[in-house]
Amino acid sequence: MDPELIFHLPSDVLRIEGAVEKVVARCHRIIELERRASRVRMNLRVALAEALSNAMLYGNGADRSKRVRVELTITARAIITRVTDEGPGFDYEGIPDPTTPESLLKPDGRGIFLMRKLLDEVSFNERGNSVTLLLRRDQVRRE
Amino acid sequence: MPFIVEQSGAITIISVTGHLIVANRQELKHVVLERLRTGDREFLVDFAETGYIDSSGLGVLVSLSKKVREQGGELRLAALNEDLRTLFQLTKLDTLFTIVDSREEGLRDN
Repeated sequence: MDPELIFHLPSDVLRIEGAVEKVVARCHRIIELERRASRVRMNLRVALAEALSNAMLYGNGADRSKRVRVELTITARAIITRVTDEGPGFDYEGIPDPTTPESLLKPDGRGIFLMRKLLDEVSFNERGNSVTLLLRRDQVRRE
Repeated sequence: MPFIVEQSGAITIISVTGHLIVANRQELKHVVLERLRTGDREFLVDFAETGYIDSSGLGVLVSLSKKVREQGGELRLAALNEDLRTLFQLTKLDTLFTIVDSREEGLRDN
């Protein structure tokens, strides 16, 4: 299925909010049909903000000349967003649990954990520079 | 300015209007640390007008709470809606902060 929306943005964290709203706005019509619209909206916003932040700061090393690609695909069953950076890739598997007593007071390390908790599926490509976020739809009524 | 600062007795109230995210977390840090430097010790962060909080926003709250506590004060959170509260529960940060239902409750209980 062809993506509903594709755009690129520079690695500038000030651009994250606008990019998130652009995606949510494109999903607005279908989110309104969801059983828990406000939760879906929140989960999508937070998870996408995390993915963009990781791509810009860690993937592209905060190098503003490097871009981040965002793709949105909407199917009858899911909202799928893919965020890809130009970096060499990142090991997403070796991230410690931020909820253990020894990690709780740390200011960082919650981004990927939150993505995984808020979405139904989070997957990375082999290189580790592209994350796919999948949120299953639970519609109150059919479109 | 996504943060509105008010004073009620000894309590510094900071309302987050908009989102608390990677792009503005330093601004919140600056506001709280500046107030801490000038002697404020009791902080109430009001989320009644907040859209969403990302992990950087959560992180700055953790780090500020620690700094305030080291100075003998407390940074409490107020008016988290159900969705925002879920973020604190998922990350277990609800165990780290005193969370009150409203700004009024936060001012009354102090």
